Amino acid sequence: MEYEKILDIAPYSLDKEAKIQCMTKRQADLTLHHFRNCEAYRRMAESVGLNEQELQKFDGTEKTYYDLPFLPVRLFKELDLKSVPDEEIFKTMTSSGTTGQAVSKIYLDRATASNQQKTMVKIVSDFTGSSRMPMLIIDCPSVVKNRAMFSARGAGILGFSIFGLDKTYALNDDMQLDIEAVQAFLQKHAGKRILLFGFTFMIWQHFYQELVRLKEQGTVFDFSNAVMIHGGGWKKLISQAVSQEDFKKRFQEVCGLSNIHDYYGMVEQTGCIYMQCEYGHLHASIFSDVIVRDPVTFAPAPVGEKGIVQVVSMIPQSYPGHSLLTEDEGILLGEDDCPCGRKGKYFKILGRLKNAEIRGCSDTYAEKFK
Amino acid sequence: MQRNLNREKLHGLTYAVGNENILCEMPNVPVRPLFDDSVVEFLNCLSKKILADRASRRFPDVVTFAFWIRKGSLLELKKTYGSTAEGCHSVGRGMIFHIAPSNVPVNYAYSLVTGLLGGNANVVKIPSKSFEQVTLINRAIRECLEENGQMRPYIVLVQYGHEKDINDALSEYAGGRVIWGGDRTIGEIRKSPLQARGVEITFADRYSLAVIDADKYLSECDKKKTAQDFYNDTYLTDQNACTSPRAVIWTGSRICEAKECFWSELYALVKEKYELQPVQAVNKLTSAFLLAAAREGVRKEPAQDNRIVRMHVETLDDTIMELKDNSGYFFEYDCENIDELEAVCSNTHCQTITYIGESSMFDSLLAKGLQGVDRIVPMGQSMDFEFIWDGYQLLQQLSRTIRVR
Repeated sequence: MEYEKILDIAPYSLDKEAKIQCMTKRQADLTLHHFRNCEAYRRMAESVGLNEQELQKFDGTEKTYYDLPFLPVRLFKELDLKSVPDEEIFKTMTSSGTTGQAVSKIYLDRATASNQQKTMVKIVSDFTGSSRMPMLIIDCPSVVKNRAMFSARGAGILGFSIFGLDKTYALNDDMQLDIEAVQAFLQKHAGKRILLFGFTFMIWQHFYQELVRLKEQGTVFDFSNAVMIHGGGWKKLISQAVSQEDFKKRFQEVCGLSNIHDYYGMVEQTGCIYMQCEYGHLHASIFSDVIVRDPVTFAPAPVGEKGIVQVVSMIPQSYPGHSLLTEDEGILLGEDDCPCGRKGKYFKILGRLKNAEIRGCSDTYAEKFK
Repeated sequence: MQRNLNREKLHGLTYAVGNENILCEMPNVPVRPLFDDSVVEFLNCLSKKILADRASRRFPDVVTFAFWIRKGSLLELKKTYGSTAEGCHSVGRGMIFHIAPSNVPVNYAYSLVTGLLGGNANVVKIPSKSFEQVTLINRAIRECLEENGQMRPYIVLVQYGHEKDINDALSEYAGGRVIWGGDRTIGEIRKSPLQARGVEITFADRYSLAVIDADKYLSECDKKKTAQDFYNDTYLTDQNACTSPRAVIWTGSRICEAKECFWSELYALVKEKYELQPVQAVNKLTSAFLLAAAREGVRKEPAQDNRIVRMHVETLDDTIMELKDNSGYFFEYDCENIDELEAVCSNTHCQTITYIGESSMFDSLLAKGLQGVDRIVPMGQSMDFEFIWDGYQLLQQLSRTIRVR
């Protein structure tokens, strides 16, 4: 199944049955492709009993994409997984791990990179409309300057930049709010709908806090005609006891901004982001899916039950990342029946899985020295 | 010559038993003979105190320890480990510095007792994490010391972080140092020099194996008891003790049948007793795929769920242990001839083999001159502490022998 054909389908138009058919077809094709082109993937698939003959059973009835293997995302940190010859690799994306941590390496060829971008346009346009808007990026310019190694932050900014005109960075390289630049930007585009984009924690720390401070001094910014898209997780904000509701409420209070969409996504499946609708639900488009799995059995969990989040994407051709088990915990809220009208699953992310306290006489003394 | 610890370097110590004065004087305390009567009496008192405490009953590890240090038990051990040749006289080495593992509660107590029976004064770094078992044993120790002050100079239990100054001070005059806790801990502690004649016992990172004679298992074993034994060797410590088998090796003629029975009995037990955390399930799947990616012919055995992950492998050697995991993750190998295990056993990291069958089945293997294997014990006994541990004769290491002619 060609990805171009899938791209022609409206992103939230397929109901459960239609999606299972479409997704199973494409997932089985991708699995076969990686099976034939990535030796490590073939061995992994074979270790759980999969082979070419077995793959023919994936017809959407006997077996569906739910039954295909899923690789834990950490494998992309430990192994170099790719399904194209080295000379076809067009860029390598990395997760933005903190210093010293292993990072995921995701190898992209031109086709996969281009499909990522096209997919993202389809998904985001469904929320913001298809016309481009003046864009204020809540980050510093240096984060995208090193093109050789794409970090997730840089990639996110560049990915979303296609929705923007007159792209302006709100922060300088010292992560200080560039007040003059923001004022000039707002004046220039007064009355127009504008797009704000950034990472949740950066926005809170370096933008929101500054807006509050400035407001106390009498300088008020008006963002009532803006739409803000932000992603990157809530971990740091939860530790500051800021909930999603607080986040929205406080932005409304400080600058009139009310149109805010969080999104969930990861560098291992760039393009297939999960946007938050007006009702606060994250949505799976037809280009990808989430399956919440029971931690003990890995069986799909029903609506309302917590589990480990698996993400399935129709895009990855150059690396075997079309079906991944994340380290996030989530909960399925429903399918095909969100009040916003979008078909497909909608869900909530609860955060990272807790680290286990392992017993035994292994080395914990020296953990601190790592 | 008076040698006292450097008080300046002891900031940050918390004393669970003893105090700074006792600690500073420790290098000057007279050594005692092996299995000295007053030490045996003291430990017997400790045993009684612990067993009289109702709270102990909730902790099998504490009760086991208390039974082990009863006078009767110690005098039995003395027969085996306390005798010296004629014209020889074994005494302690002086002050012993023990670094106990931080996540096995009672281990520090075994280390302490070994030091005491060896005739030494002991400073033990106990876990900083609070364990009820530790609180309980320490309370009993303090009570015994109050009743019998004679042993007071011989026992100091401390807690601290990773301060190198403290390691330095405690090592400077130590006649011996016992380091539990693995390669990285050993590396850190070794940055603090021991006195020239100081001896060191290091419990490094190790791996262990289980070998099951399928015929013996099917014909002679109580299947439920075997499951419990294996559980105690593995899941009880998240399969993360150095003694926990990482690989299960099958020999004999009815392997298929034996596996079926063994794993389903174990599954019933694990399902009832073991709580698998989500991140452990993800880790085990990750390990399974890393192994599969690295080797041809790996098979993840079909299972009801993630509680037991079995990875069938076609070859078994020491390099596979770089890909080991815990919390119920096993390499599984069908072995035609026990000598095939040379590749996985001839590595200094290989520690314990637990087995079902006859211990004589390892004779030919041991005759190959292996670099590894320190213990071969029946299944279920991997954790039972003995004075011969990890290849060391602990009491001999922690004492010195005076030759008189």
